[in-house]
Amino acid sequence: MDLKAVIPQKLKEKFPSVEFEVTDYRDELTIKFDKKIVVEICTFLKTDADLEFNWCSDVTAIDWATRKNRFTVVYNIFSIKHNFRLRLKADVDESECSIDTVSSVWKAANWQERETYDMYGIKFNNHPDLRRMYMPEEFEYYPLRKDFPLMGIPGSLPLPKK
Amino acid sequence: MKQLEHETDPKILQALLASRNDYTVEDVLENEMILNMGPQHPATHGVLRLLLRLDGERIIGCIPELGYLHRGYEKMAENMSYYEYIPHTDRLDYISPMANNVAWVLAVEKLAGIEAPKRAQYIRMMIAELARIASHLVQIGSFAMDVGALTVFLWTLREREKILDIWDILCGARFTNSYTRIGGVANDAQPEALAKAKWFIDQFEPYLAEVEQLLNTNRIFIERVDGVGAISKEDAIDLGFCGPNLRACGVELDLRRNAPYLCYDEIDFKIPTYTEGDCLARYFLRLDECRESTKIVKQVIEKMPQGPVHADMPKKVLPQKDEVYTKMEELIHDFMIVNFGINPPVGEIYHAIEGSKGELGFYLVSKGEGHPWKCKIRSPSFNNIHSLPKLVIGHLISDVVAIIGSIDPIMGEADK
Repeated sequence: MDLKAVIPQKLKEKFPSVEFEVTDYRDELTIKFDKKIVVEICTFLKTDADLEFNWCSDVTAIDWATRKNRFTVVYNIFSIKHNFRLRLKADVDESECSIDTVSSVWKAANWQERETYDMYGIKFNNHPDLRRMYMPEEFEYYPLRKDFPLMGIPGSLPLPKK
Repeated sequence: MKQLEHETDPKILQALLASRNDYTVEDVLENEMILNMGPQHPATHGVLRLLLRLDGERIIGCIPELGYLHRGYEKMAENMSYYEYIPHTDRLDYISPMANNVAWVLAVEKLAGIEAPKRAQYIRMMIAELARIASHLVQIGSFAMDVGALTVFLWTLREREKILDIWDILCGARFTNSYTRIGGVANDAQPEALAKAKWFIDQFEPYLAEVEQLLNTNRIFIERVDGVGAISKEDAIDLGFCGPNLRACGVELDLRRNAPYLCYDEIDFKIPTYTEGDCLARYFLRLDECRESTKIVKQVIEKMPQGPVHADMPKKVLPQKDEVYTKMEELIHDFMIVNFGINPPVGEIYHAIEGSKGELGFYLVSKGEGHPWKCKIRSPSFNNIHSLPKLVIGHLISDVVAIIGSIDPIMGEADK
């Protein structure tokens, strides 16, 4: 069974009204879709008996800086049963900088989404514990956004009080 | 902290604030306590901070806090060339820097479409496996030390010292090696380095057996870790456990077997697994992995072909220094690569290796420039620490130390 052909076909059967953008680059399958249905798709990919993507390896985002949909949230999931890696993508715009959480599907996504929130400021709706992962809670900026300077912003990290 | 004030018994809070001392011991015992463990705690292996909620000595809640070692390596990667980033990967998992070097160059090679020569790949396999042995030795030693068996640490570190000596010959550095290069390795492995590696492998197993004997016959050690911090297979997968910790739960997931990179498909080795998923299983598994790694190194040294250690791609792979100083063409390439980078084609890739702590991957997005547009480090320690609350709840404070030691987090990697 060639999962590269099966996965897009199965998704199209299950979600006929959704547009999927399937790319295969350097032997890595990527599927892009609308952010509104991310939880449904992830649940389907995890629970379907022929796919079983039960291991969430990574969640991150890309900041395209000047593009209309400024951010892309990237999920890197793995099916231990079929030994297959799949990348999911959903665009998020800066004006409505949020996407539904998949931590209800894979618990592992909990921290990975917190890290993405910390670094890019993308809010994950319904996340059980959306706090900053690395930076202090009162830090105002999102360091991995392209408009955050490499040198940092002087005074943005207050020194501990004596 | 405001939240805590609400949950503390108002009577005790009032008494504390007013510096009175008319509260009884019963008032104290009826209350839960919050204990702050770390970030400066010798048993948390770096700067991991845990907030523990205690009922007596039993843990009923745990929140790990990360970020004390956050240096922004992903941001830095976006602002430097692919070559410049190699030394920075040393500082991720600083217990096995060689494995990080290998992971980074493999990711960049996949992105740029470079294939390293066979000999370079074999050298990379050798250093990755030696790095795994070194890392597991530190883990076994410090884990035993955490639960009170101090001697083992000295023994395992003595063995690790020999691996550091191999690296010293190989690349001139013992700790932060930066030995790999895009399209190969910095220099060919010297016969002395290979001989030393062979000598190390030959004498290693009896020492490992001694370490094992010392711990396995130690009733205190076994009783401290047996059944502690157990996690089921399903929970472990769901929480994103990876590497040796996941294999100790009975999941046979090893990227050397599942997604063979380098030449692991030409090597004969086993993937040890255990089903218990507790601290003892994780310790046994690491011992077994050390043995398997010695087998791999042995085969790698035997099978290592002769030949070049740099890919023949002048526009992507840095030329050797002696050529740069004597040949015009090489000088131009050197100048172009150092100043403008190797400019991989537009695209994105994810490449992971089975690092000593688990799946160590790099997700790279290129816009065709000399530096990555985006670099995400998929660090195994970060994902392993995520499961910590699940593991420690219901155990005693002293078990927390054992559990942290058994999952082997390295904060340089978890905090990036």
